[in-house]
Amino acid sequence: MSETAAKKRATAKQDRVAIVSGLRTPFAKQATHYRGINAIELGKMVVNELMTRTELDPQLIERVVFGQVVILPEAPNIAREIVLGTPMNIHTDGYSVSRACATSFQSIASLSDSIMVGDVEIGIAGGADSSSVVPIGVSKKLSLALVDLQKARTFGQKMAILKTLRPKDLMPVPPAIKEYSTGLTMGQNAEQMARDRGITREEQDALAHRSHTLAAQAWENGKLDDEVMTAYASPFTKEPLIRDNVVRFDSTLEGYAKLRPAFDRKYGTLTAANSTPLSDGAAAVLMMKESRAKALGYEPLGYIKSYAFSAIEADHDMLMGPSYATPKALKRAKMQLKDLDLIDMHEAFAAQALSNIQAFGSTQFAKEKLGQRTKIGDIDMDKFNVLGGSIAYGHPFAATGARMVTQTLRELKRRGGGIGLTTACAAGGLGAAMIVETE
Amino acid sequence: MTAKNDTTFNLELHDDGIAVITIDLPGEAQNVLKPEFAQEIKEIIEPLSQDSSIKGLIIRSGKKGSFIAGADISVLKSVETAEQAEQIARTGQQMFQQLENLKFPVVAAIDGACLGGGLELTLACKGRVATDSPKTKLGLPEVQLGLLPGSGGTQRLPRLIGITPALDMMLTGKQLFPKQALKLGLVDEVVPAANLMKAARKRVTELSKGEQKKASMGSWFSAKGLQKLALETNPIGRNVLFDQAKKQLLKKTRGNYPAPEKILECVEKGVNQGQAAGYAIEAKNFGDLVISSQAKALISIFFATTELKKDSGVDSDAEAATVDKVGVLGGGLMGSGIAYVSADKAGKQVRVKDISEKGINGALNYSWKLINKKLKRRILSDSQAKKIISRLTGSTDYAGFKDCDMVIEAVFEDLKLKHQMVNDVEENCSEKTIFATNTSSIPITDIAQAAKRPEQVVGLHYFSPVEKMPLLEIITTDKTADWVVATCVELGKQQGKTPIVVNDGAGFYVNRILAPYMNEAGLLLSEGVAVEKLDSALVDAGFPVGPITLLDEVGIDVATKVAPILQDAFGERMAPPKAFDKLLEDDRKGRKNGRGFYKYDKASKGKKEVDESVYRVLGVEPTKHVDKAEIVERGILLMANEAALCLEEGIIRSARDGDIGAIFGIGFPPFHGGPFRYMDSLGIDKVVERLEYYKNLYGERFTPAPILLKIKDNSETFHQ
Repeated sequence: MSETAAKKRATAKQDRVAIVSGLRTPFAKQATHYRGINAIELGKMVVNELMTRTELDPQLIERVVFGQVVILPEAPNIAREIVLGTPMNIHTDGYSVSRACATSFQSIASLSDSIMVGDVEIGIAGGADSSSVVPIGVSKKLSLALVDLQKARTFGQKMAILKTLRPKDLMPVPPAIKEYSTGLTMGQNAEQMARDRGITREEQDALAHRSHTLAAQAWENGKLDDEVMTAYASPFTKEPLIRDNVVRFDSTLEGYAKLRPAFDRKYGTLTAANSTPLSDGAAAVLMMKESRAKALGYEPLGYIKSYAFSAIEADHDMLMGPSYATPKALKRAKMQLKDLDLIDMHEAFAAQALSNIQAFGSTQFAKEKLGQRTKIGDIDMDKFNVLGGSIAYGHPFAATGARMVTQTLRELKRRGGGIGLTTACAAGGLGAAMIVETE
Repeated sequence: MTAKNDTTFNLELHDDGIAVITIDLPGEAQNVLKPEFAQEIKEIIEPLSQDSSIKGLIIRSGKKGSFIAGADISVLKSVETAEQAEQIARTGQQMFQQLENLKFPVVAAIDGACLGGGLELTLACKGRVATDSPKTKLGLPEVQLGLLPGSGGTQRLPRLIGITPALDMMLTGKQLFPKQALKLGLVDEVVPAANLMKAARKRVTELSKGEQKKASMGSWFSAKGLQKLALETNPIGRNVLFDQAKKQLLKKTRGNYPAPEKILECVEKGVNQGQAAGYAIEAKNFGDLVISSQAKALISIFFATTELKKDSGVDSDAEAATVDKVGVLGGGLMGSGIAYVSADKAGKQVRVKDISEKGINGALNYSWKLINKKLKRRILSDSQAKKIISRLTGSTDYAGFKDCDMVIEAVFEDLKLKHQMVNDVEENCSEKTIFATNTSSIPITDIAQAAKRPEQVVGLHYFSPVEKMPLLEIITTDKTADWVVATCVELGKQQGKTPIVVNDGAGFYVNRILAPYMNEAGLLLSEGVAVEKLDSALVDAGFPVGPITLLDEVGIDVATKVAPILQDAFGERMAPPKAFDKLLEDDRKGRKNGRGFYKYDKASKGKKEVDESVYRVLGVEPTKHVDKAEIVERGILLMANEAALCLEEGIIRSARDGDIGAIFGIGFPPFHGGPFRYMDSLGIDKVVERLEYYKNLYGERFTPAPILLKIKDNSETFHQ
């Protein structure tokens, strides 16, 4: 007993990585409020406001780590673009990461690593995505022809290349929704998971309804006001966006039953309403070495306790990431699921969240998939996504992780402190889990 | 002055046969042309013209980012007669003629400001290349000083770029960016600074081979090309062109400014009667203009603003604090304008607070529109525009205000509300934050009463529209700290304003001197003088708008709110016309609600029409005749007399500040040089005499200021 207490004190003395503050834009459904505004502009908007609100001297920010999932070909390094396009100091370093739907878990983790090894002491991490401004490409044949044309010298050569093209090759090509390596869509993956586990349409709709209801309550009770900025978007003629326009403030369970399945029209159980919608937004956190934050007079939101990433097969049960990453993160934090005060799980689909909830409580899953004798733990629904989740808020891919970390820390604080888990699945069979604590 | 090292013109001969003259005025930041250079240039050029080994000459500046900023106009101060001035012009003409007469090609390598005499010098060269630096600007701004380009500019420019663009440049005095100059054919090539000398050498070689820059065929078929073909290449077309130009400029000058007409005359004579006649008339007209009262007044304004640029605004050596972040309270018209000039011109981070998100959005939109305009005109690149916009953020609470170095409030004119703002700022910002109020009517001392740190409370009176109006009136109370004033002066300059520091008092300076002038117009109106008569009289006298139009623009409600404050402070002489209350009862607020002295319905587009029903409201028939001269004199005398009182009471620091404040804040006719210059040139005894005359006719409000009597008795003037 005294030994563990001493150990605790020793670790407490060690500098932790502090999440000083967090902020996001309201999230908006595809092609609504942020129509025509790309991810970089959204990222600039949130970082600029975060900097202004925390009243941090821009010179002190050493690094920005940011991400976007739908990458704009003209500016792949969004982090540096944010530095250059805001009143930040030009000497602030910036690099970008990509980990599909867990991208801002990665940017936070990467910055955390840099702080832990003493590379930097102050930085901003986050992510932004727009489903409204996406790179529309050209067909593979046209793309090839265009490159060949640059190399062609004579008129005859040029004509020969052009002759190979057919009208359909000239059609623009939107970004692929299928996974590059498996050829499956996310919806098909989630549909398979629901099918194999016998998760019903009713269960999914109930979770979606719960998500919207809790999110609406969080807004109505003013819980999100200080972590969501008002978005003023150029040319500043549209009404400013104050709240997410995805959240249903009048959600009724009956409403969900009316929709037709979105992916498997015949036997499917997934609908547009029990899946997270395509949306636009950005989120960021200000991170510092604990001692530096305190020296500057900041009272951090909380600290990162541990995190872990996992990878599983990508053509079957692809969205089970939380069930693999969480036990790793728990182990690193030397904790058990029951020690947690809050669990925040990304809801890509109600089916995916329910599948993971099932797996958490399954000893069979633990034995077969994790190689451990005991289950991860039964999730107490009173601790689970207490302010709703991605189905209600929307899911600008790269912004979700930072949203979850800030939202969980602030909720922990409101509850008088504690420890929380944030976890997400990501395309390609990836998973992320991050355990955070407050004082 | 003949020792080679400290001369302004330094010659180098290079192996390739190209000589280079570097102009570098010793001990100065910028090059300016002085009459004594004629001899220096002559001594350099004469031997060159004899030297057959020389293949070409390049003229450049030794100052980085500054070619020649113009001629040294302080020389003109000592000129007494038109003949003397004419001789100065002749000397300049001859100097550049020598340059033009050189047998080998001469090319000007332009980096930085190339203005006035500087541009005239390059016009005498056979070729011109310029850098793409943002500092590089080309223009003939002489007209703004009431002068004309007197060293051959009126002759060479039209021949180089055509009559229409040349007139446009000389009549407006506008300065061209390198790209614009290239498009007009004013320069042959625009290159990065590092390639300037290479480009100049290339141009010398091209010219010596006889290559000319030829206009492309396409340019002849453009609208401009066709216009040029129709108007400039034949005498009939040219007559039409000159007639039109004259009509247009008279519409603008109303005969108050002789310089534009003289410029037109020079160009016309040069084109129609040949170069010799052109040069002769240019020198003569230059002589006439230099001794004109208008040029004297305009030059005095130039010197005053130059002085103000160096003035810290305080007599102590208090230093300005650094301002990185400016808070603006209130996203209305004034707040939006202040936010814009702070973010764009001054490059500050700006945090706008308003009670509603809509208000913030409006403020951001205000800046966006102005920045977008610059983007469209390619003054800004897309990324620059975005960066400027990103300096502006908004909030409905005080989040992000703590580190504001200065907060400027532009909320509703209500003392209680202003006190609230003072308390809020002291509570939410830092101990060093300056609280500035943009009130136009409430005494700063009253606002400062709520402050824990009254030494950090100051008035910053901007004029609407903020991005256009050049004046900033900085109002200090007896408690305002010097460092606070110095900081405001510095910020004002960065915002592109000319700041004057004035003492607190009802109406401060600008509104105080404006009030009796406006009241007088109101009195005349309520006596039955027609609205358009009053307005046109004062516009003809040189004001940018007439007093009644101004009332409509400012808002009758605003004016009637300010007037009683002044009346309380200064008594009957500031009493507004009683009939004006009736206007408010009739819900006439001016342009803002579409009901004023003029009609604002959409049907009456084009020329503004007086809303005749206003006479009924005022209870008068618009039939009374008062001489135009009297209308003007009564208005201007009252304004000048009040300005004198302000100087006497120490509201303004100097007659200079009083002149600048009236011109930049009200639009007092610039050719008079401001109220104090106006009184000086009229003669103080005459001013007193006219005031006494009107006093006998119309009453006490014309009582001359005691300081006028004192100055009259000592036969002095306001300016030395």
